Amino acid sequence: MNLFLILPFFVVMVLVAMGLYVALFKKNLIKIIMGITLMQNGANLFLVSLAYREGYVAPIWTSAPATDMVLPTPHALTLTSIVIGVATTALMLSFVIMLKRHYGTIDSNEVRRCRE
Amino acid sequence: MKKVIAMIALLIIFAFLAGAIVEMRGEDGGFGNPVNTDMDEYFLGDSQPHNQVNNVVTAVLFDYRGLDTLGEATILFSAVSGVLTVLRKIKAPKEVEK
Amino acid sequence: MKWKMSVIVRTVSDVMVVPIIVFGIYLILHGHLTPGGGFQGGAVVASATALLIVSNGALKDYKGDFSTMESAGLTFFFLLAFLGIVMGFAMFYNSLAGTGGIFGGTVMSGINPGYINTGGTVPLMNIVVGMEVIAALSLILWMMAKNSGMMEVEK
Repeated sequence: MNLFLILPFFVVMVLVAMGLYVALFKKNLIKIIMGITLMQNGANLFLVSLAYREGYVAPIWTSAPATDMVLPTPHALTLTSIVIGVATTALMLSFVIMLKRHYGTIDSNEVRRCRE
Repeated sequence: MKKVIAMIALLIIFAFLAGAIVEMRGEDGGFGNPVNTDMDEYFLGDSQPHNQVNNVVTAVLFDYRGLDTLGEATILFSAVSGVLTVLRKIKAPKEVEK
Repeated sequence: MKWKMSVIVRTVSDVMVVPIIVFGIYLILHGHLTPGGGFQGGAVVASATALLIVSNGALKDYKGDFSTMESAGLTFFFLLAFLGIVMGFAMFYNSLAGTGGIFGGTVMSGINPGYINTGGTVPLMNIVVGMEVIAALSLILWMMAKNSGMMEVEK
């Protein structure tokens, strides 16, 4: 068994597990957003590694070095996923700015209490 | 107690991911050898005679799966609307009365 | 009270903004020929906005312009999507490809050097989506920099 054949999926597993750990156990809201972003990057890497075919070139016909091409559809879905990730990350960060304004802290335990 | 339950859940998910990558090894269907490629082969062959586009990824994004891109653009628009709403300038009551 | 970087950083960033924007527009316009497209080119152009905000600590009030640009991009994208129905085909059908008008040329099958005047509605959609992404990301950066106290708005 060639170890290289599971290396991308291993990296995906490490990214998703690290992101889940950070999102579950950290109290800082910025760190929780970092964990969610790590999980997003794991999903993107998983999609791109599903599209790969060994020895094939990128699916663009302009001056292509060969006519054997990798799968184009997961690349398009990854592009969609990246833009949606940017949008949701911006929305979460603006929520954190609003919470910092209202509560004066970004600790999730402090934020849970009622405002005096 | 909560931390212990969360740690056990995390370990179960980690074990599931490890089992999944062990299942995904091998020559057929593993990394570098996808099996079900009929749709992608159709896109690769159809993008030039039908759409006159060299970049197959752009052809998939804007023609074959255009509705996905429409939803994506709408999501970006609504996210920016949400950011503008959340970060708007909140006036104190005295300023409103003026 | 305005926070800004040193004069070297500001001068270099003012010079480097021009090639960054030109490269982003190249990525948008050649989206149907080379790697790139509306989303990637829009992100590159929005990075010029980020560079200006970080180096100068201030930017003029472009909020209304960005909002108009974003709404116009999304509206034109809708209209281009419904162009297929107007021409008598399905939604998102590439009804301009190969008809000889603007972006209506035909490509050689197989490996070719790439011609800019091809693609039908795909380059037009790249342009309008690029407009929307430029405006959206610049607006997000502008609002966050203003509201986190990082920059002050020039009147």
